[in-house]
Order: sequence, then structure tokens, then C-alpha cells
Amino acid sequence: MFSRFAGGVHPREDKDTSGAAIEVMAAPKKVYVPFSQHTGKPAKPCIKKGDEVKIGMKIGEPDGLISAAVHASISGKVVDIVDHPHPVIGLSLCCVIEGDGTEDWVSNLQSDLNIEGLSKRQLLDAITQAGIVGLGGAAFPSHVKLSPPKGKDIDTLIINGCECEPILTADHRLMMEQSEAVIEGAKIFQKILGAASLIFGIEDNKNDAIQLFRNRGVRVLQLKTKYPQGAEKQLIKAILKREVPRGGLPMDVGCVVHNVGTCQAAFMAVKFRKPLIDRIVTVAGDGVRENKNVLVRIGTPVRDVIDFCGGYTGKPKKIVSGGPMMGIAQYADDVPVIKGTSGILVWNEITTVDPGSCVRCASCVDACPMGLMPTEIYGLVSNKKFDMAKEYGVLDCIECGCCAYVCPSAIPLVHYFKYGKNEVWRMSKK
Amino acid sequence: MENVEEVKELLVVSASPHIRAKKNTSVAMRVVIGALVPAFVYATYLFGARVLIITVLSILSAVGFEALMQKMLGRKITVTDGSAVLTGLLLAFNLPPGVPWWIPVAGSGFAIVFAKQLFGGLGYNFINPALAGRAFLMASWPSLMTKAWLAPVGGTLSGIDGITAATPLSLLKNPQNYGDPQIIISRLNDFDAMRNAFFGNIGGCIGETSVLLLLLGGLFLLFLKIVDYRIIVGYLGSFALLAWLLPTEGSVLFHLFSGGLILGAFFMATDWVTSPVTTKGRWVFGIGCGVITMIIRVWGGYPEGVSYSILLMNVFTPLIDRATRERVFGQMPKKGVKK
Repeated sequence: MFSRFAGGVHPREDKDTSGAAIEVMAAPKKVYVPFSQHTGKPAKPCIKKGDEVKIGMKIGEPDGLISAAVHASISGKVVDIVDHPHPVIGLSLCCVIEGDGTEDWVSNLQSDLNIEGLSKRQLLDAITQAGIVGLGGAAFPSHVKLSPPKGKDIDTLIINGCECEPILTADHRLMMEQSEAVIEGAKIFQKILGAASLIFGIEDNKNDAIQLFRNRGVRVLQLKTKYPQGAEKQLIKAILKREVPRGGLPMDVGCVVHNVGTCQAAFMAVKFRKPLIDRIVTVAGDGVRENKNVLVRIGTPVRDVIDFCGGYTGKPKKIVSGGPMMGIAQYADDVPVIKGTSGILVWNEITTVDPGSCVRCASCVDACPMGLMPTEIYGLVSNKKFDMAKEYGVLDCIECGCCAYVCPSAIPLVHYFKYGKNEVWRMSKK
Repeated sequence: MENVEEVKELLVVSASPHIRAKKNTSVAMRVVIGALVPAFVYATYLFGARVLIITVLSILSAVGFEALMQKMLGRKITVTDGSAVLTGLLLAFNLPPGVPWWIPVAGSGFAIVFAKQLFGGLGYNFINPALAGRAFLMASWPSLMTKAWLAPVGGTLSGIDGITAATPLSLLKNPQNYGDPQIIISRLNDFDAMRNAFFGNIGGCIGETSVLLLLLGGLFLLFLKIVDYRIIVGYLGSFALLAWLLPTEGSVLFHLFSGGLILGAFFMATDWVTSPVTTKGRWVFGIGCGVITMIIRVWGGYPEGVSYSILLMNVFTPLIDRATRERVFGQMPKKGVKK
């Protein structure tokens, strides 16, 4: 029925919030909207300190080919444009908006358009204007993915509803509560790409979503629950049996993958001209009182979201932005929620283990979904043999964390690979 | 919000992933030790209390030498990880039950000091320490290592009535030394002898006699995925095939059940540190062990070849790893060499 990819792991799912409806969090008093929330160049600020902004007003213009627009997520006044802690890149230029307590939208928004007659160009334009990026985590600007260069024919559009990260249920809830918008968004993508087939890939731990989507008449492939089923290359392999070549992109094998959240956001952008100003975030962990899914304005400080969920239960030891396998540990709780933030995990209880020496057990080799030899690359990177590490495929690493997850010596392998990648890139720039 | 500063100080920042599987090295070592316990208890019953003394001496000296070396080399003392205990236990399993008390001490000393710690400790040794210890003892005191056999309680060394002085494999190697070769060979391969070998009612090294108990322990490890099936299947498969193909008087079953094959295939060839990490490499390694073991049994000077075959393949491991790199996802097949 479905193919598989090699490697992968089976962590405990812990998707305790999958049954709870999404709760809407009111606009916070202050938001910190980073100009860099996507892969590519940061947006260029197009407002200045002291400006009045309304919800949905564009505050950052895309800069260059791979970039995305950024919008105000609350109505109020720009009190500062300043470097502020950022959940992914440490520090980024942010637009600080102090709310005026109203829910005023920019005019020309919230109309209910008839989208049937729109051309591909108009659809793409609406998506670009709304600053839509991939909501699965990597936050790649969607309009770029939707504009394959000439000669790259796309026959299949895959919609990723795997949500293979443990704990996270934001995509699951979205699929259950807004299936219509997700499907319509997917159809918009399909129209833009001119793809003959549209396939939803959903893991078999979300049977209710699989049923719901099948009942709505779209093609759904039920996939085995295995991490990282939702990784782009692994998903394409599992669904189409096609392998994206090394260093290549999905379009090289005739397909494009979009996340279910991105579909919903694109639908809202086309139908209501609503820019990407909020997203669903799974808040979980023993460090936060209520575990749930929350619709949060972009730029809301993580601390405010935690307060909305009943606050801390004790002294948090670790706060992670994203899922437990690929999320990023935060050094402060004033970082904002950005477009790619799929989860906020707060833990009071964590176990830290001192790494031992590699015992060559090969668990990492068996677990790597990219066919790499993590133990070898780890040895090469730690001995600073970056050219050899490159030859062994360090750049192919997708940082899914399977290797470090299984390592019996608790070696932080992903840490070494991120470092190794940076060094290889630095060398090639010289 | 009043305690922002406090919160900042407390947060742990580490690279992803933030969850880990339960398997860790010292737990795995303990499970392997546990899987060997039935065979050990049985050996104590079979050969008497001296098995207990030899094994305890072997383990204590392995742990002692490990601690001593780590102290001298200024390393962290990690004897609680169980790896030295396992080395000591496996070395004892590879000794004839009648050896004098200082043999396990000397063997463990060589295993830990020379084969393990001088190469950098756990993870850096290129050959299996226990087998290195055994090879050292075989080379230094061959007469003690090949003659100190004991007959099991209520049985004979060979597992055959009336023949008491040799193990099944030495009988197979030199049957003419013990009587009419044809009768001996036929009795070696008959059902009773097979049953005795399977349940362990024969002589041999301390830990190798009971195929049944070793299989139970080995399958348990396989079930927990602590050992790799490729090495075991490759080893036993190629071994059985050659036992069938090569000119030997023993049946396939006789070869599978005798000597240290099961102990070696499940517990020593599968040693993490000294076997290849690549998928293909683990097949190559297992098959290599099987082929060399059988070659030694058929044409070699020793009746048994398990330990030397594994040691030899240990030495080849880095080469095998290099030659059998994994295929990276999306790597296109290489085009033929252009002339």
C-alpha cells in the first residue's frame, strides 16, 4: 500500500493534546515581530519607530528572491525597531509593537473573495503578499516553492500531514477543525503548480484525520508512524518511491511538498486576503500548567503564551521552541513565537547525561534516514577533518536527531554535525 | 515576570534532540552479562566450585586492572560501566575449567592492559579484549590451555560413553589417537552425542558447553536489538554452508553444536567496538568469521577456530568499514568507468 524509507526511530508519541480543541489567545500587550522568520534574506522594514499600525499591515518587504513579507500581528504603535532574542538565530531585528487594545484590521482585508476566477498569477501574488512560509518548521517562503523554474515539471503535490515530531498536535488539530480550509489551500497550490495529482500523507496515529480527509474526497495515503516520516525527502520516498538526488530539491523528481498548516494559511490569504499573522502552537510539558493547542499571534513572547496556559508549574529547566526532536532550546522566555514555531515545550524535569566515548554500536548508522554514518562523521568533525566530513556526507544531514536519540553514549551528534556543516560552508566560501 | 532573571539562569540550552532512547552503554553491558548468567550457573553445576573461583578471579582482576590503568593514565575511572566485568566473564568462559588460579588473572591483565586501556579504553580497542586475553594465554601456556579439561558431572568430556579423554572437536581432529576412527566418527555424529552437545552434557571451556542456554541468552539479546542479527546470521550461515561443503567428518549439526561457536557468534563476534558499523560490513564480518572458523577446523592446526577467526576479522574491521560505506540517500549509482 505504501512504501517506506530506511532508518528512523520510534520515540514515545506523547501526543496528549490531540483531543483538545484549539484555543484562541487574545492579542498580547506587546509583540516582537522579527524581520527574519524564514529561510533566506530578512525582510526590509517598511515602517519606522512611532508609526501607527493596524493588524495585517505590512511592516517588512521581501528582500530579494528568497525572502518573505512580514506583517503587524496586533494593532498599535511601533515603539522600537531593535535587536531582540530570536528562537532560531539567537538575535534578530524585531519590530516591537505596543497594542492599543483594539482589533482593527487594515482596510481592504476580510473581504470574502470569489476565488474561482483567479488566475495562477493572482493566486501566487496573494500568497506572496501575505508572507506565507512553510509552517512545518523550516519556514521556506511558499511562493518560491510554488514557482519552479522552467523545465521542472511538477506532476505531484504532496501535502504533509505527518506531524511526526512527538508531543506536537498542532497540525492534527488543524486538520480536524479546519479540514475545508486545508483542502481548499491544497487545491490552490495544485492549481498554481499545475500538478496532476494531489496526495495527502498522514501518519496512522491520526486515523480520525485520515478518515475525515478521505470523506471529503481527497486522496490520502496512510503512512506508518515513524520518525522522521514528515521529513520532505523521506515523505517523497515513502509516497512516490522517488529519491531526491543528493543536494537536489523535490522539484528535481517532479514534486513539491507543503505542510497542512501552510495550506490553511494560503487559503486564508487568497480567500480573505489575510496575511500570516498568527499560527497554532502546541504548548506542552510538565513545566506548564495546561497543555493545549493555542492560536497565537506572531511575535507574542513565549512567556505570554505560557501565562495563557496557566503559567509555569515550577522553575523551568528547559524551554524548547519546536518539537522534542528538532526544536531549539531557548536561553530566555522572552523570545517571540514566529511563523515556524510549531510548539513550545517547557520542562522542569530533565536528565542530562555526560557523553561517553563512542562504542561503535552502529545504532546511529541503523537509525540515520539519510544513509549516513554518524559515528564516522562525528569522529571526523571532532578531529576537525572537515573535508573528509564533507565527503562522508555531513551536508546531507537533515538534523532530524535520530542518531543522537539512539546513541547509548549520549553523544550530542547533531551538535557536531551543525558545527561541521558551518565549517564546511565557511571553507567553501573562502 | 518578576523573576525573569532567575528563569534565565536556570534554563538548560543544549542541541536537539531533547529526548533520548533508554538504551545506554552500561545498561547494555549489564543485559549482556545477565544473558550469560544461565550458562555460568550451569557451568558451576557441571564442573564444580572451581568454575566459580576462576570466574570471580577473572572478573575481579579485569576490574582491578581497569581501575589501576585508568588511575595510572589519569583517566576517569569507569569500572561501573560493566565493560570490564563483561571482559572478565567472557575470558573465564573461554578457559578450560581445570586451569590454575593465576591463568585468569594473567589473561584478564593482558586483555585489559594491552588490548584495551593502552589503545585508549572502551571504544578504542581494535580487538576483542577477552579473545586477545585468551590468545595470549594460548600462546604463552599452550599445554595448560589445551589439556586442563574436566569431565562434566555425570558425563564424559566427549559426551560419548567410554571415551573420556578428549573434547568432541579434538576427537574429530585426531580420532586415530583414541581408538577406531570410523566408530568414533559415527558415534560423534549420532543422536545421543548431538543431544549431549545441545544440552551441554559435554566437556569444554567453562562457558561454551550448553548450546541451549547460550542460544536462550543470545536470542534474548537479539530480541532487545543489543546484538546485530547480520553478524550472527552471516557467521552461522556461512559456517553451516561450509560445514556441509568442505571435506569434514563431522555433520553440520555437530559443527554447529561443538566448541565455542554459539558463544562466539552471539556474544563475541557481535562486540560493538570491534565489529563494523556499516550494514553491509556486518554481513562481510559475520561471513568472514564463519569461513575462517571452518577453514581452521578443517585444515588448521587447532581443533577449534572461533576465537582466532573473530580476532582476525576484528583486525579487518576498519578496512571493511571503509570498503562498505553506506549508500547516502539520493546518491545516484555511479556510472561505469570510462576508458
